[in-house]
This record gives sequence, structure tokens and C-alpha cells, in this order.
Amino acid sequence: MFADLNSILNTSPDDVRQREFILLSDRKADASFLIHHFLSFYLKAGCKVCFVGLVQSFSHYSAVAQRLGVNLVQARQKGQLVFVEALKASAAVMFSESTDDAAQMFDYLRSPVPELRALFESVCASLIQAEADSSAPPVLIVDDVSVLLSLGVSVRAVLDFTHYCQANICSRLQGCVVTLVRCDDDDEDEDEDDDESSNRLLRALSHQCTLSLRVEGLQTGYCRDIHGQVEIWWRGTGEDVQSQRRLFQYKVYDKSVSFFAPGTSSAVL
Amino acid sequence: MNFELANVKSSMAVPMQSAAKGTRLSGNVTSFQKKNRSKLIQIPGTKPSVHTGQLIISSGVPSLDCALGGGLAVGSLLLIGEDEFDSYSRALLQYFLAEGIMSGHELFIASAQDHPEEIIKEIPSPLQDEETEFKTISQTLDQQDTMKIAWRYQNLPKVQTVLSPSSHFCHYYDLAKHMGQDRLQNAKIHTFYLPEEQIAPTSLSDVLGPYSALLHSIQLLIKQNGFDGSNSQLKTCNVLRLVLHSLGSTLWGDDVCVSQAHNHALLMFLYVLRALLRSSLSVAVVTVPTRLIRNKTIRGRMIRLSDTAITLQSFSDAERNNNPLYKDYHGLLHVVQVPQLNCLGCEVPDTKDLAFRVKRKQFTIERMFLPPDLSESVSRVSKAQITPVCTSDGNKHLDY
Repeated sequence: MFADLNSILNTSPDDVRQREFILLSDRKADASFLIHHFLSFYLKAGCKVCFVGLVQSFSHYSAVAQRLGVNLVQARQKGQLVFVEALKASAAVMFSESTDDAAQMFDYLRSPVPELRALFESVCASLIQAEADSSAPPVLIVDDVSVLLSLGVSVRAVLDFTHYCQANICSRLQGCVVTLVRCDDDDEDEDEDDDESSNRLLRALSHQCTLSLRVEGLQTGYCRDIHGQVEIWWRGTGEDVQSQRRLFQYKVYDKSVSFFAPGTSSAVL
Repeated sequence: MNFELANVKSSMAVPMQSAAKGTRLSGNVTSFQKKNRSKLIQIPGTKPSVHTGQLIISSGVPSLDCALGGGLAVGSLLLIGEDEFDSYSRALLQYFLAEGIMSGHELFIASAQDHPEEIIKEIPSPLQDEETEFKTISQTLDQQDTMKIAWRYQNLPKVQTVLSPSSHFCHYYDLAKHMGQDRLQNAKIHTFYLPEEQIAPTSLSDVLGPYSALLHSIQLLIKQNGFDGSNSQLKTCNVLRLVLHSLGSTLWGDDVCVSQAHNHALLMFLYVLRALLRSSLSVAVVTVPTRLIRNKTIRGRMIRLSDTAITLQSFSDAERNNNPLYKDYHGLLHVVQVPQLNCLGCEVPDTKDLAFRVKRKQFTIERMFLPPDLSESVSRVSKAQITPVCTSDGNKHLDY
């Protein structure tokens, strides 16, 4: 959890906004530090979290969370965290060594027309159980949905999944959803932008989200002291329909990330 | 051609569910336990990373290790984008194998083009007088000849363009000589040569296409030789180095280079391979002819699915001669992606302008720089020509 980002977003673990759909995305940069932020943020707030790890193993997230002051192993034992080890399970499912439950849950790996219905159902079931006995909202975090596109799941199926998650978790359970989309190619606006690219997924999800954090590499190229820029976009609600947009540059440190206005890096001043 | 597989099979016992790393024996349970390092696995040729504490191995090229932040993490995947004729990327593979032999690691070589035996034959031999070599390098750095003129620059630190690690981690090799037979015979090398494999269509074939047999043999090897820590009968834990040559080329029976589809068997293969690596003591190096793959989306996704990604770009003779910056190098090395495993941010390098050159014996990676132009005639003449044009032009505008 980064204090800088909390003050920018005007939240704290004591005051968690409900019904948020947060979209993280990156292009020519790595936005995974934001995933770690939101994971530790919601765990500190006492929310029940379901984390779908499609790209890394549990030990990786656990090691990073330890640096941020959250113990994932304990949270998992307490039942506060449900960790879906999608990466690890994929090998077992491939070689038909897994249990029927797992094979059912990750059926998108082997199906000729992959769908995410089974994954959605099991994710949802794990969050509904918790709903009765706690006041904090349930949270779903997916790292990262664009991997599903590489595995042959269509953009349409991924959008169905996120839409169902939003309807169930944000609206029905008053919880939050956080997803990460990583763009494969470097150029944003290309005319031959086709149906199955992550750009299309990103555009569709941007339409759906309430808060978007878009990480990009610097246009001027690689720099040691500034790792990129984040564009934060809030959807307007209620009286102020106007949506807000702010731009920051950031630098990732060992245990934290600093955000500053463009051009005010400590290396420049 | 599996040297090791036969005797492992005979001694294969019931796999017991006890992890190789970090578990205490239940016999000596006392409340006082000395906090010592012996609980950590100690495997020759590995060391914990300075930044993340992760177990890393060397790629065989010290300067490449340096460019990738110390070495390759055990359990990770390095993707090398081949250069135009696959000559330099092949050299990197052979360095990686040579380092594996010298550290006593097990090797797995998969190829569809050249027979793995051919690749093994060309593994470079270690330098005999490697210690002295290392010393001379450091000595030349220490040497300071006193300056006759411009002595105020005497105390400036010497600019070092070659990336060199602070500690002596890997061996040095001689590209001109090949590894001796005695060393090769002692090494445990497993091979996979596509034309010689009998491939029966399995249930995996429809999702993994041509790579199902390869993935299956990797999985079998990891499981049977206990690299995943499940087989406690094999006590000595070791690192497995996997080398997969030119995946995605047509010889693998793959159409990734020409097809327009976005999801592909190769991507699925990389994903499952990553899952296998994460749960075992193994490191994979995969070369891919990235220039031949037309679809940009697939290229991007392949990089995302691997941990570390580099691309080699070799120069043609014309390019080298035309550009003074490229004169001393054989090609460019692009570090496309460096993994952030077990940490928030990784160690970032000063510069990403890296180039490689192959000397008679050695492959090195250097920071690119423009050498001082010592030829008198060329630059002076051009300057003399340019200046009058400039001033006259300037006068025109300033004339008022």
C-alpha cells in the first residue's frame, strides 16, 4: 500500500469506497506494482479478497506483500484471502493430473471454445460465503485478464466475465473489482486494430469502469529516474457529471512508489 | 539419447510428498534451533541474488548477467529474439550450456533443425588459465600511467564500457575451442530431436499443436528426476537447464510466422512451460525467430508470457561501415523485459544502449559509445566546409 497513491485517490483503509470497478492498464511499462498496492490496501481494510493470479505464483505475491507489510499466508489461513492459483493449476490441468473441481474451474485451458463461466461461478461463490459475516465489502482482483486472450479466450468471453463480475460483486454484494489489462503492442491507434487485440478489451473495459489508472512508459524513452507516467481518470457521479483526469509521473522503489507532477522529479529539480 | 533417464527409471521409487527445500526433519524437533544457512539449498553454480534474495544462475556470459541484473532466476524463462542468421543467439545458447556443464547442472536440449549432438559438439571450452585471465583484467584496470599533459584528468575514474560483474560468478570460455569429451561424458544431457521422436497424437495435441510431445517430455523429466522436489529419493537437488532452439520456426511444424490468428499453440506452450518452471528448479532459454513472425500482437504476447526477454540485432557489413557508432560492434542487444520477481521494482540500469561484439574468443556486451575520432582529415575538412556556409547564411538573416 502506497501512502502517496492513497492521498491522490483520497481513500484510506478505514474508508473504503464501495461499488468500485477499478481498471489498471499499461503500455510499454509494468503496472503490476498497482496490483500489489490494491491487494495490500484491501487486505489492510479488512475486506474479504479473492485474488485470481494468472501470471505469477503465490510465493511471488506473498514475497512482495511482505515488503509492503501484509502477510498473505496468514490472511489465507484466516480465510480473508482466497487465492486462485491459476498459473500453477494450468500445468496440472493440461496433463490431466488435477482433481475434477480444478479441471472444471479452469476448463478454458482445454476447451475448443473457451468460456469463463466456471471461473466466474467459483470466484463468486467464494465471495458470497463471506458476505454474511462481515461488514467490509468483498473484493475481486484479477492479475491480469489479457493473459486469457493469449490462452485463446475471446475478447467477448472476457467481457462477459467482467460484466458478470461487476453485476454480481459491485451491484449485488456492494463490493469492488480490480482488473489489470496489459497491452501487447506499442501503438495505440492503429487503423487495422482487429477484434481480438487487448486494445479492444481495454477500450471496452474503460467504458465500464469507475476509476481507471493507465500506466505508460515515457514518450521520450527510457529513463533511470522516472519509470513512467500514470493517468488517473475518475468517472463523474451524481451532481458533478464531469469526469476528472490527472497525470502523474512515478518511480518505483524497493518498498514504495513515489508519484509526482510531471517535470518535478527529484532528479530534475 | 537419454543418458540419465534409464538408470533413473530403474531406481524410481514411490514419490513422497515432502518438499526438498526448507523442511525440517521431524526427528530433531527442539525449541532452540540455530539459525544457520544450512537450511537453504546449496547447489553448485547458484547464488542468492543481491536485490531479491532469489536463487540465480549464470547465463555463461558475465556481461549478459550484468545486463539482466545479476543472472537468471531459477524458475524463470529467458526469451531470446534471434538475429538474422541465428549465429549470435546460438552462441548465447552454447555459453548457457557450457556454464551448465561446468557447474554440474543437468541439461535438456530440444531442437528441430540441427541435431542436438551437433549443438553439444560446438559447446565452447573453458579457459584453462581462467584465474590469470581474470587477474589480468583487474590488473589492467588498476594500472595507472601518469599523464604527461592534461594531468588534471588524472584522478577521474576510468570509463569502463564492458559490463562486468563485481564478483567472480561464472566461468570464462574460449569460443575457438570446443569442450573436451571427458567433460561432456560426465555431464547429464537429455536431448529432444523432433524428427527422431515418435509422436502419437495425444489429448494435448489439439491445444498445444506441434509442441505437445516436447512439453510432455519436459514434464516427465522434471517429475522423474525430482526437480520439482516431489521425489525425495533423489536427495541431491540440482538445477535443470532447458534449451529450446528456434521455437516457432516452420521446422517445428508451426505456422506462427505466417498465420494471422491471435491465439496460438506457441503461446499456450509458453504459459504451461512457465507454470512448470515455477514449481521446479529449472531455467529455460528459448530462442524464437521474432523477425519472421508477422503478427505484432503475437510477438508482444510472447514477451509478456516470458520473464526476461532480449533481442539481438546483428549488423550487415554496409551498416557497420556507414555508421561510425556501429564500427566496433557486431550488433545491438535490446533488453526488452526484465522480470520483477519477489520484489516491487527491479534494479534499473543506467542505460539501455547496449551492443555486443564477438572477439576471437569471447562474446561481450558493452555500453555503446562513440569512439574519439582520431582521423584528422575527415572531420576537419567537413568543418571547414560547413562554417562559411553557416555564417553567410546567418548574416543574411541578421542583416537589418
